[in-house]
Amino acid sequence: MSSLTDLSMLELAAKLASREVSSVDATRASLQRIAQVDPKVRAFLRVDEAGALKSAEASDARRKAGSPLSALDGVPVGLKDIFLTQGVETTCASRVLEGFVPPYDATVVRLLKEAGLPLLGKLNMDEFAMGSSNESSAYFPTHNPWDLTRTPGGSSGGSAAAVAAREVFGALGTDTGGSIRQPAALTNTVGLKPTYGRVSRYGVIAFASSLDQPGPMARTVGDTAALFQLIARHDPLDSTSADVETPDCLTGLEDGVRGLKLGVPREYFAEGMDPEVAGTLRASLEELEKLGATLVDVSLPHTKYALATYYLLASSEASSNLARYDGIRYGQRAKDARGLKELYTQTRGQGFGAEVKRRIMLGTYALSAGYYDAYYLRAQKVRTLIREDFTKVFQQVDAIVSPTSPVPAFKLGAKVDDPLSMYLMDVYTLPCNLAGLPGLSVPCGFTQGGLPIGMQLLGRPFDEARLLRIARAFEREHDFFRRAAPV
Amino acid sequence: MPLSDFQTVIGLEVHAQLLTQSKIFCGCSTAFGAEPNHHTCPVCLGMPGVLPVLNQRVVEYAVRTGLALGCTVKPTSVWSRKNYFYPDLPKGYQITQYDQPICEWGELVIDTPSGEKTVRVRRIHLEEDAGKSVHDASASAGQSLVDLNRAGVPLMEIVSEPDLRDADEAVEYLKALRDVLVYLGVNDGNLEEGSFRCDANVSVMPKGSTTYGQRCELKNLNSFRFLKQAIEYEAARQVDVIESGGKVDQETRLWDVNKGITRSMRSKEDAHDYRYFPEPDLPPLLVSDALRDSQRQSLPELPRAKRTRFMGEYGLPAYDARILTAERPLADFFEACAKHVSDAKKLSNWFLGELSRLLKEEGTPISALRFTPAQLGELLATVEKGTVSANAAKDVLGEMFRTGRPPADIIAEKGLAQVSDVGAVEAVVDDILAKNAGEVEKYKAGKKSVYGFFVGQVMKAMKGKGNPGLVNELLKKKLGD
Ligand SMILES: [Zn+2]
Repeated sequence: MSSLTDLSMLELAAKLASREVSSVDATRASLQRIAQVDPKVRAFLRVDEAGALKSAEASDARRKAGSPLSALDGVPVGLKDIFLTQGVETTCASRVLEGFVPPYDATVVRLLKEAGLPLLGKLNMDEFAMGSSNESSAYFPTHNPWDLTRTPGGSSGGSAAAVAAREVFGALGTDTGGSIRQPAALTNTVGLKPTYGRVSRYGVIAFASSLDQPGPMARTVGDTAALFQLIARHDPLDSTSADVETPDCLTGLEDGVRGLKLGVPREYFAEGMDPEVAGTLRASLEELEKLGATLVDVSLPHTKYALATYYLLASSEASSNLARYDGIRYGQRAKDARGLKELYTQTRGQGFGAEVKRRIMLGTYALSAGYYDAYYLRAQKVRTLIREDFTKVFQQVDAIVSPTSPVPAFKLGAKVDDPLSMYLMDVYTLPCNLAGLPGLSVPCGFTQGGLPIGMQLLGRPFDEARLLRIARAFEREHDFFRRAAPV
Repeated sequence: MPLSDFQTVIGLEVHAQLLTQSKIFCGCSTAFGAEPNHHTCPVCLGMPGVLPVLNQRVVEYAVRTGLALGCTVKPTSVWSRKNYFYPDLPKGYQITQYDQPICEWGELVIDTPSGEKTVRVRRIHLEEDAGKSVHDASASAGQSLVDLNRAGVPLMEIVSEPDLRDADEAVEYLKALRDVLVYLGVNDGNLEEGSFRCDANVSVMPKGSTTYGQRCELKNLNSFRFLKQAIEYEAARQVDVIESGGKVDQETRLWDVNKGITRSMRSKEDAHDYRYFPEPDLPPLLVSDALRDSQRQSLPELPRAKRTRFMGEYGLPAYDARILTAERPLADFFEACAKHVSDAKKLSNWFLGELSRLLKEEGTPISALRFTPAQLGELLATVEKGTVSANAAKDVLGEMFRTGRPPADIIAEKGLAQVSDVGAVEAVVDDILAKNAGEVEKYKAGKKSVYGFFVGQVMKAMKGKGNPGLVNELLKKKLGD
């Protein structure tokens, strides 16, 4: 553990602060690590070497002048390719946006720049964030650093893999139905999906507007907390952004779980879970109890409708959000189209992958005259019931504990032809999005075969600090973070 | 059954551009006539990742309009997406209000030949405008260009119930509505630039029936004249269809200005399925009591109330009152002038005559007038006193209009003052009568038609400045009448 890239973000920040190492050193180390392992992992769609180094030099100058912009000034990170970055091609891993160079930064990108973090480049993802394995990227699948024959999960799989493979110190992902937490669980990393409205969606390419939420992915809980604090800001450019104060998640981070009531939802420990995942989770729950938490058996009765509800609502919104990719103003345009209708159908036919088309069709159908009441409207009503389930449970408990993913990382290609079984990967994560709650995945062990397993924590709205504290209490007992992926 | 046995039924959907400086969901300018795509940003271009932020001024204007039309202003309304593909629709959907609009159930009173009529306003909702596709010569063959300057310009749609019964009523309603909106300062009422547009739903039914016939929607009605022509044509067409045993299809029709006919644009079969659903990027639109109350308190006197007051307060005929109150700046200026004038009807004559001619000819808005109400009052008093003739006063007003100089200065400088000095006029009268002794004889012998000749000669000698009253008085006296 001597390499610079093995440090956590906070460890590196400490060395930058003491000027033991420079940001240029750290950025070079990351770039070298990328050069070394990314041909195998394939986490990056685009590496912005020049941009990152320039930013690192500026950071070093600030450190020298004693005026760093933030605690993490100079710590290089990566971005899921869903975040618009001014002057850097952003495709959302889709052919339809190939060649699109945004004229503006997403708010979170601006915040990272203003905090002085060098941005190493754009990370692979499922096309338009639709998928749970990174295999629906229009470019190539990303490989799990713990087993290159397996998926890192999705849709923020590129971010998770890059963090796990030590290519970046941290990254931003987005979570619509579990896209931060599920890949975090599959790669031994920490991922936080903040409360809906906590982090601005401005400049984040929309998948399902009422569910999408950007969040941090890192190797430790502390790093996750530090990165989260940089991006959790009210943004007047996002009308759904909550006007609440930026939380202090670091001060009480080490306070432990003594006295906390943790709900264990019956419905999340039902059939379908991998036995090793189930066993590890049971052991983790016992540990939390030993650390002073009280476990409470709770019920979220509408959980069984969450998957169907989620796919109806997310696909409906996606069908509308993706209408703008029509070949008229940016991205790819069908070459030989004659007439307007052909231009649309060919551009979209050629530009979108199978999973995206599947969801656009599902969403279009659900919103159609004659079906709206039966599908979209009904799903909205169920969504309300799911929300109410959580509200009731949070009157009894401080947080909810569950597995993040029902199975550990699966083989690349194993579920590609079976969308329904792929959708089941999000079964534990997506109720949280439907309810707009914060959710976090923290490593909680490994399978016999050495594949990471994640534990999910769900909290009350804007209660991210408590989730991080619980996760930290657990992490402190294990330090899984020191265990590096064998890539 | 002949045409006269049918009753036409009309409802209007009016799109009014709100007079905000910036667009409804971004900060771009709404100014008309800029270079194509000049007033655009990532938000109104529908770039990936953009999000709408509501312009609060738009809400104020809608609330204001709703209150003026006696609507219920809803404390909570909802934004929806209307989904369809079109090159000038950047996001592939239009943000609009659908089943829960901001205002509902108001009314507008109009004049008809048989008296006042109340037309119900079903709803007022807000939405963003689309851009414009340009198929003109500046593009190479087969190409179309898109101008997104208008994309995101705030529109208010005001939908009436089908309470209108003929084209004249429809025109009257549209005019009255335009007057109200312009009064409120929420719309410029400009049909030519498209900032005030109208679609008409037209159907016919046998007289006495209570069941409406199948309706057609007429689009592209951008003048009062076209509205009238299109409705009249369409009603006759529908009667023809029914008379010849056919059925009126529900369809959207365009008014063909050149041919003077309506023609089918799309039928119900190929109508869009807009897949409306609540806009997830915008929270519900909340109107606070405070906003509603402040808008209510600042509502101006509306045209109809003002008209009635003008008739009572100034004793003006209905015709004058209507013209004077049609535009708020004109009405305000009239009232300011009336403070300096004793006879409001005479003032009104000047407004409807010379002043409106000057305004039209010079294309000057009331707000840019150079002379003051007090100065106009002074001019009228001068005419009253006989210091200048009515004709000369027109010249004086023209000069005041162009320069803003006081009327007294202009009269003095141009020497327009009438000669009302008895001695001076008498001298001329005596001179003319002396020079024309023969005509005087004829007059005295009973040829009264010579009188006009004397007046003409006196006025000619005085270069038109003789006070006509005095000239007459002295002539008659000298001629022994
Ligand atoms: Zn704009």
